[in-house]
Amino acid sequence: MNDGHLDFDVVEVADVSRHFGRRRALSHISLTARAGDIVGLLGPNGAGKSTLIAVLATLAAPNSGEVRYGNRPARRLGPGLRDRIGLLAHELHLYPELSARQNLRFFAQLYGLATRGPVDRALEAAGLSDRADEVVSGFSRGMRQRLALERALLHRPRLVLFDEPFTGLDDRAVGLASDRLRRLAADGAIVVLATHDLDLADGLVTRVALIRDGRLLSDEPASTGLRARYRALIGAT
Amino acid sequence: MTFLRTAWLVLRKDFAIEVRSWEILTTTLFFASSCVLVFAFAFVKEGRAVEDAAAGILWIAIAFSGTLALGRTFERERYGETLRALLLAPAPRPALYVGKLLGMLALLGIAEALLVPMVAFLFQAALFSRPLLLAGLLAGGTIGFAAVGTLFAAMLVRARSRDVLLPILLYPITIPVIIAGVRGTAALLAEIPDEATATMWIGILVAFDTVFVTLALWTFEPLMTE
Repeated sequence: MNDGHLDFDVVEVADVSRHFGRRRALSHISLTARAGDIVGLLGPNGAGKSTLIAVLATLAAPNSGEVRYGNRPARRLGPGLRDRIGLLAHELHLYPELSARQNLRFFAQLYGLATRGPVDRALEAAGLSDRADEVVSGFSRGMRQRLALERALLHRPRLVLFDEPFTGLDDRAVGLASDRLRRLAADGAIVVLATHDLDLADGLVTRVALIRDGRLLSDEPASTGLRARYRALIGAT
Repeated sequence: MTFLRTAWLVLRKDFAIEVRSWEILTTTLFFASSCVLVFAFAFVKEGRAVEDAAAGILWIAIAFSGTLALGRTFERERYGETLRALLLAPAPRPALYVGKLLGMLALLGIAEALLVPMVAFLFQAALFSRPLLLAGLLAGGTIGFAAVGTLFAAMLVRARSRDVLLPILLYPITIPVIIAGVRGTAALLAEIPDEATATMWIGILVAFDTVFVTLALWTFEPLMTE
């Protein structure tokens, strides 16, 4: 699909606020992410990271402010915008009753992709070519995570959103996934990674946005001493 | 991605999942037939059923088993948050609703194919005397019930008390559909089948269906956006 006129190389969150009833999840957040960036949204549990990811993914609408994708707000871009967005969360967005191939084929068809080439490539990238026809419920957490990652990237999105995607993975799996993120950014994707895992973020992200209680405390290029900076602005780690 | 193709893909995916386990179909059919069986013991005495009981029990069984099926269908989308993945696809979001609705209609259609002969047999009801009118009533009632149910089940998929909330929200709104179905079916089961009354109830059901499906298509996207 990948409609050229819907592509963008910058995403701008402009004064976005979002509340659920009386609880304010996001308060006047503004930040910009460009192609090649890996933006780390860091903050404690309940800081508003997942809400911001949902807003970026067009799954949640802000109460005020707007998100601009290449200077155009989501409402002007229509459903085609979602063809340029990929999301991987802690929940894997896979059907456990279906095989790896059936899952990928279903989502490939939803995105208007051919069912052979992209699916076979995704299976290979996930290291599951030889188990493609086994049901996902029989896979280990690591295998499911790799499959979910490739499912989220099946349509080669420009904006790649990760919401605590590496919870429960061993060090090797986290290392492989981190390498994949770096390659995505190098290929021109805008990567936004929400996590409270400073060890994961340190050395991976190129920009750091620190969030607490729905407020953006800082948005700056990543540098050494991330843990000290986090401790100074957020509190003890 | 065209609207109808998206709906077809969602329907086919649901079917592929169901044939792996037959879980929803078997539980729905088992519940529906148990319901009719229990009522048959209560309302049939010496081979004669209480007047109009067959019509009421047929529709109660459809509504109860439909509620069970709605909950289970969307429970599958909750596990792994796949509903979010569907909403993220670059397809018209109402098409996702239509795909799920078609799945529910197919499931309830199969349940009705079991329930109608079962009710006809156990209650000695002449349900097949006017097959086209009965089919019209069943189609109209099922579409109205499933249209509202699919929308509410999708809305409640991430609510903690969804199993309690679904019938609380669903039944008050679909009561007119169930009443129309019951009265229309009762008219067909009268000693002299009242075709005019049954046709009137079919007309009312068509009007309900038009309103409910239109409202559901219109509200699905804003309701599903968090």
